[in-house]
Amino acid sequence: MAHSSQFCTFYLDKLLFGVELKGVQEVIRSLEMTKVPLAPSVVSGLINLRGQIVTAVDLRRRLGLPPDTSGARPMNVVVRSEDGAVSLLVDEIGDVVEVEEDSFESPPETLRGSVRSMILGVHKLKDRLLHVLDIEKACQMTDAADAAAGL
Amino acid sequence: MNDNEIVKDFLVESYENLDRLDRDLVGLERNPDDKEALAGVFRTIHTIKGTCGFLAFNKLEKVAHAGENLLTLLRDGRLALNPEITTALLGMVDAVRQMLKVIETSGHDGEVDYPELRETLKRLQTTAAPAPSASSAPVNIVPVNIDQVNVASANKAEKTIVAALAETTAETAALKSPSPASSLPPSEIPSPPAPHPTAPAAPTANKAAPTDSEGRPREASSETIRVGVNVLDKMMTLVGELVLARNQLLQTSSTMKDTGLQAVSQRMNLIATELQEAVMKTRMQPIGNIWNQFPRTVRDVALGCGKQVRVEMEGKETELDKTIIEAIKDPLTHLVRNSVDHGIELPADRAQAGKDPSGRLILRAFHEGGQVNIEISDDGAGLNLDRIRRKAVERALITAEQAARMPEREVFNLIFLPGFSTAEKVTNVSGRGVGMDVVKTNVERIGGTVDIQSTPGRGTTVRVKIPLTLAIIPALVVTCAGDRYAIPQVSLLELVRIEADKVSTGIELVHGAPVHRLRGRLLPLVYLSRELKLANDPASPGEAAAGAAVNIVVLQADGRQFGLVVDQINDTEEIVVKPLRKQLKTVKTFAGSSIMGDGRVALILDVLGLAQRANVVTETRDRQLTEKAQQAGSTAENKRTFLLFAGLGDSRMAIPLSSLARLEEFPVTQVEMSGSQWVTQYRGQILPLIRLNVVMEERRNRLRALQVPPAADSGPIQVLVLQQEGRLFGLVVDQILDIVEDRADVQSAATRPNVLYSVVIGERITELLDIPAILRGADLGAVRPVPLAKTAEVAN
Repeated sequence: MAHSSQFCTFYLDKLLFGVELKGVQEVIRSLEMTKVPLAPSVVSGLINLRGQIVTAVDLRRRLGLPPDTSGARPMNVVVRSEDGAVSLLVDEIGDVVEVEEDSFESPPETLRGSVRSMILGVHKLKDRLLHVLDIEKACQMTDAADAAAGL
Repeated sequence: MNDNEIVKDFLVESYENLDRLDRDLVGLERNPDDKEALAGVFRTIHTIKGTCGFLAFNKLEKVAHAGENLLTLLRDGRLALNPEITTALLGMVDAVRQMLKVIETSGHDGEVDYPELRETLKRLQTTAAPAPSASSAPVNIVPVNIDQVNVASANKAEKTIVAALAETTAETAALKSPSPASSLPPSEIPSPPAPHPTAPAAPTANKAAPTDSEGRPREASSETIRVGVNVLDKMMTLVGELVLARNQLLQTSSTMKDTGLQAVSQRMNLIATELQEAVMKTRMQPIGNIWNQFPRTVRDVALGCGKQVRVEMEGKETELDKTIIEAIKDPLTHLVRNSVDHGIELPADRAQAGKDPSGRLILRAFHEGGQVNIEISDDGAGLNLDRIRRKAVERALITAEQAARMPEREVFNLIFLPGFSTAEKVTNVSGRGVGMDVVKTNVERIGGTVDIQSTPGRGTTVRVKIPLTLAIIPALVVTCAGDRYAIPQVSLLELVRIEADKVSTGIELVHGAPVHRLRGRLLPLVYLSRELKLANDPASPGEAAAGAAVNIVVLQADGRQFGLVVDQINDTEEIVVKPLRKQLKTVKTFAGSSIMGDGRVALILDVLGLAQRANVVTETRDRQLTEKAQQAGSTAENKRTFLLFAGLGDSRMAIPLSSLARLEEFPVTQVEMSGSQWVTQYRGQILPLIRLNVVMEERRNRLRALQVPPAADSGPIQVLVLQQEGRLFGLVVDQILDIVEDRADVQSAATRPNVLYSVVIGERITELLDIPAILRGADLGAVRPVPLAKTAEVAN
């Protein structure tokens, strides 16, 4: 019997992404955000998560995807990183999916740049591909990420 | 069950005990007959030794054992304590502490077993043993034992046997260790060694007695428990959150008109406040916790430079937040060492000066106005003004000219400059050019200030003022580009608002850099929106500001003042400081974040970081110093900075800038007559206005001129608000010309009254006004000048 794991999934620019469920603290709707001037551009701002101040990362920017033009307010996927809780901003929340290990495949060689280090691989679901994100890498907010994201 | 936990407990306990040992040993040196203290020292070392045996830290055990043997002799009165012995024992304490450090990091007690130290400890038992009263017979037995021990442990035989051997031989040698409390010592020992039968005076010893069979005192252990700091931090966070939720509840309930709910929320309000106070209290620690190490420090330094110093402490129980206690430990230690090394003189010098050969070092702490004051005073030689001046000039920190003019206080503060040290010779304690500036930086980092006072021949006092806590601080909340920012109140000097119609004159440009004249001095302006890259900034700040009032927050960073221009000034609030995420710490402009009453996050500005970003403080401190010197110069005899204004006719007149409080402009309509005196309302007070043209008029014409009311159609009048003997009055002049710095050294006597003398400033003859004379001459009648205190404008 193959090993299976659970993923919290979400959409970014119509693509399906997922992070391992055990790394997710909670999922919440859009919160009031405070800008952090001079911070790396992937930092969207700070949110007050019940008294805990959490940094929100613009995941679209982090992954080098085009900015959201729909005007919808992003959702927060709060994950536990080494440096405390970080909120990943996503377009829309998907289901929690359970996948078998054998549906996993490493990213193709043609996927390049810093994005490659963030995407561990894909799970081949029935109708689409689930991009598996490395939480630690996704939470990094260095300027290098900006450069790599083509800014 | 868990070895690691046992070791951890052992370490924590031992560290505490060692700190007490330092204190006790130094105390003993002064008062060698204190049997209680000696017994305490013995017990501590004995416990450490015993536990080491149990935990198999045999090197540590050896060192402790060597110390214990020496202590046994001391405790039994067969050896008198002398400085050499104390030094050796303190050395042992240090060795034990180092080994504990090694254990803490590596889990075993390291490779070093301090053979020299043990040798010294051993030697002291025999050679330095002129026992005062007791018979010498037992003393001679002991070294034999020690030899056995050392031989045995040297060839790394089974340590347990060694320990056992040592114990038993010690027993037979009638050296009593406290554990077998029942076996009474032979009668030859002059005084009963163990603490229990003696000294009912010491309360701790009495309490300790019941548990003494375990070989160590247990002080009121049921009253306190150990709590991890992280638990307290968590509690603090939660309480902060509770306070916030309470604020929201109060807001909501006040709109609900439900009396039941309101009563409950009021009650919750009270409880939350009390809880907040209680939790804050758990983080408070008495300053004595760090002071307790100072007697030892002082002893070592004093011994090193051949001085005698007594340490006195007042206000040991003064409490401070834990984080602050940690932050000031090093600066205070440095100040204490400095006092002993530099401040207190050698005994011979002191005697010659008619002082007690042993110097006094006084540590004093007390609360005052939400701050804690810590004073470190010595009764030494005091600071040598000339030497500091000379040194500062040698190091090119100031020019000789500045040095000569600088008032005492400024000179004292020179020692806080980087690279300054007056120690004629470099000792291992101080004189290496690092120190006082680091002290100042560290204290300022936590929002404190350092000040130094000194009287030659009488001593020096360093006063450190620090806030009570860093967790909750008062802050000014401002708005910029729609977001709120908090500015810690400690950096705040005052608030200035330039109304929309005055912006064009109130903000000037120095080659593009915006400045504001604040009481005649140029204040560099920093636009927050620009520094934070918030606004799509239009061309020049002058234009950007046009059309709206400008709010300036005058801040101080690293001794430099600058004006921070913000969109809106909201209010002052107590805020709970939350640190920024590690990844955001690279943004130096922010010191942290906080949650505001409405639940949104606000960033706390790091004033120093902001100033550095805006290049306010990138210059070396020389510039700041020069400026200070200028300020100082203007108050001193030889004036340097002048405000120039038009006198009668074509003449030019000046006043020293230091006598100027502000420059103001009043519309004529605001000027009222009080008798023949012009007055105006200024900051809720009546400000008498003295007209320059009247004062300078020839006597026969003066009365007529005095009666003239202000011409209704003329423009606003220019007023120099002057400060004289603590009072304010206005001097009406036609035109303010400039602020100049000039040597003004070509002087000639005054040709008319109310003028001090004529000087040449900028190649023109300028008359320097005699302000006191003008005040005396002006008949102010019933209108008393405004008392200064009531118009004090500096925020907070």
